[in-house]
Amino acid sequence: MIKVDRLTKRYGRTVAVDEISFTVEKGQIVGFLGPNGAGKTTTMRVLTCFLPPTSGGATMAGFDVLKQPLEVKKRIGYLPEIPPLYPEMEVAEYLSFVGRLKGVSKSNLARRVDEVCGLCAIGDVRFKLIGRLSKGYRQRVGLAQAIIHNPDILILDEPTAGLDPKQIIETRELIKELAKVGEHTIILSTHILPEVEQTCEKVIIINKGKLVATDSVENLTHRLRGAESISVEIESRNGELDLSEAQRRLEQIPGVSRVILKDNKGPRAAFEVESLEKHVVRGDVARAVVEAGWNLNELRPVAMSLEDVFLQLTASDAETAAAGGAQ
Amino acid sequence: MKNIWVLYRKELKSYFSSWIAYLLMAFFAVVFGYFFYAATAIFVSRGMQAMMMGGMPMDMNEWIVRPLLMNVSVIGLFIIPMITMRLFAEEKRTGTIELLMTSPVRDYELIMAKWLSAVTLYAAILAISAVNLTYLFVYGEPDWKPILVGYLGLLLQGGCLLAIGTFVSTLTRNQIIAVGGTFAICMVLWVIDWVTAYDSSTWAEVLRYLSVVTHFEPFAKGVLDTKDVVFYVSMIFFGLFLTARSMESLRWRA
Repeated sequence: MIKVDRLTKRYGRTVAVDEISFTVEKGQIVGFLGPNGAGKTTTMRVLTCFLPPTSGGATMAGFDVLKQPLEVKKRIGYLPEIPPLYPEMEVAEYLSFVGRLKGVSKSNLARRVDEVCGLCAIGDVRFKLIGRLSKGYRQRVGLAQAIIHNPDILILDEPTAGLDPKQIIETRELIKELAKVGEHTIILSTHILPEVEQTCEKVIIINKGKLVATDSVENLTHRLRGAESISVEIESRNGELDLSEAQRRLEQIPGVSRVILKDNKGPRAAFEVESLEKHVVRGDVARAVVEAGWNLNELRPVAMSLEDVFLQLTASDAETAAAGGAQ
Repeated sequence: MKNIWVLYRKELKSYFSSWIAYLLMAFFAVVFGYFFYAATAIFVSRGMQAMMMGGMPMDMNEWIVRPLLMNVSVIGLFIIPMITMRLFAEEKRTGTIELLMTSPVRDYELIMAKWLSAVTLYAAILAISAVNLTYLFVYGEPDWKPILVGYLGLLLQGGCLLAIGTFVSTLTRNQIIAVGGTFAICMVLWVIDWVTAYDSSTWAEVLRYLSVVTHFEPFAKGVLDTKDVVFYVSMIFFGLFLTARSMESLRWRA
């Protein structure tokens, strides 16, 4: 459905997107993951024919973004980061306008507006001015706008940014619903890791304009979760804590790959314990600490930040490459 | 065509759902009313004098309509920047330009729709003056053909400045800059030939040719000259061509 081939986009001298290639099958929900400024929005803008690529290209639903932009535009729905709304229009009026613009025939228009209002749960604000709507409703009107012409491909740029937790959950549900109901192929960008796990089937990770990884969510979670990292804070009951002793004891636990001292104040010390893949060491760590006669003040898994994911992914890629070279 | 119509209706509606259209209409009604009163007052007092001296009755077209049309062509210079300022600047500021440029719409359709809606609003504003002119037909017998030619001239002059304003609006996301820039260009095109009064060099000829108000003078007299029509039409095309180029560069630079 989507085929991106060595896509590059430069703004003057800065390279925003650097030779990215990936493919997306029909009906997939793909998460486009990366920190702010990674090139997510730029890539999406190229795919929606808003910006032309500097080199390379992309095929959307069988049409080239450079050579047949009109055909591509007919087949995509796009929700930019800031929903493109006209505050002086009523919701239904706005949806009709976008529908006509995207090529919905006059006879189908009223029906389509009804349908998307139902899907996005904005029926109760149909005749309200968009300028008076809350942020959550605006986002949903933005989504309704993107699906009004029942496009093959749906491109959503940070659809949950700036929403409150309840609205975020609702929006994710809606996106999943859309993939089921309309058989849309969906690309959504985000910088929130759990969002991808909850909504997407496939992940494309980019950083600083470069493709870091493309994988299915299960594989990726496996790769990331396999090696767990936990934060441990221990306290000696009588005076100074013997740091080297503590470090040694933690390192001896089977399955632990690395122990890093994070903080040390008097009798208290905090360590970060990394485990090998497929080893759960939390219980062993707790037991080791107690057996040594220390207090266990804290024991919690460290949530992996996006930065860590990048580090880990790039590192593991380098390792596999090195291993491949050695063989 | 369908796209132009859909976009045209949206543009026109957004003019009339904000206060800008009504404000400009009210402004024009007051200013035109003032000039109309002034012109008829002079006409009446001069007419009385002429009658007492036993002269010929004065021509309404020459004494009222012509100076009024010249005034309107200058008032237009002030109104036009305010009509065009939001056309693209607003869409760029709110991000709706992304919706338009990712919809299956060609650039020229978008530009034509926006320009036509601006021309329509300008025509609607000019139409207010018809109320005043009706009085001339009620109390006198002016010739209606020169008046029509005059209004055609106003529309052509307006269309040309509106095309330039549309272009300026694509250059910025700030409406104040759009209005200021368009106004500056309108002013320059108005006064550009003032320095050429006793000059007959080629440069002076060029400057005289570029003055939008000079080309309007024959229309005000009721004279329809192809030369002036060609000037306005080619300026309209030039302005819209620049707009199209600017939109294209928007894609490459943005």
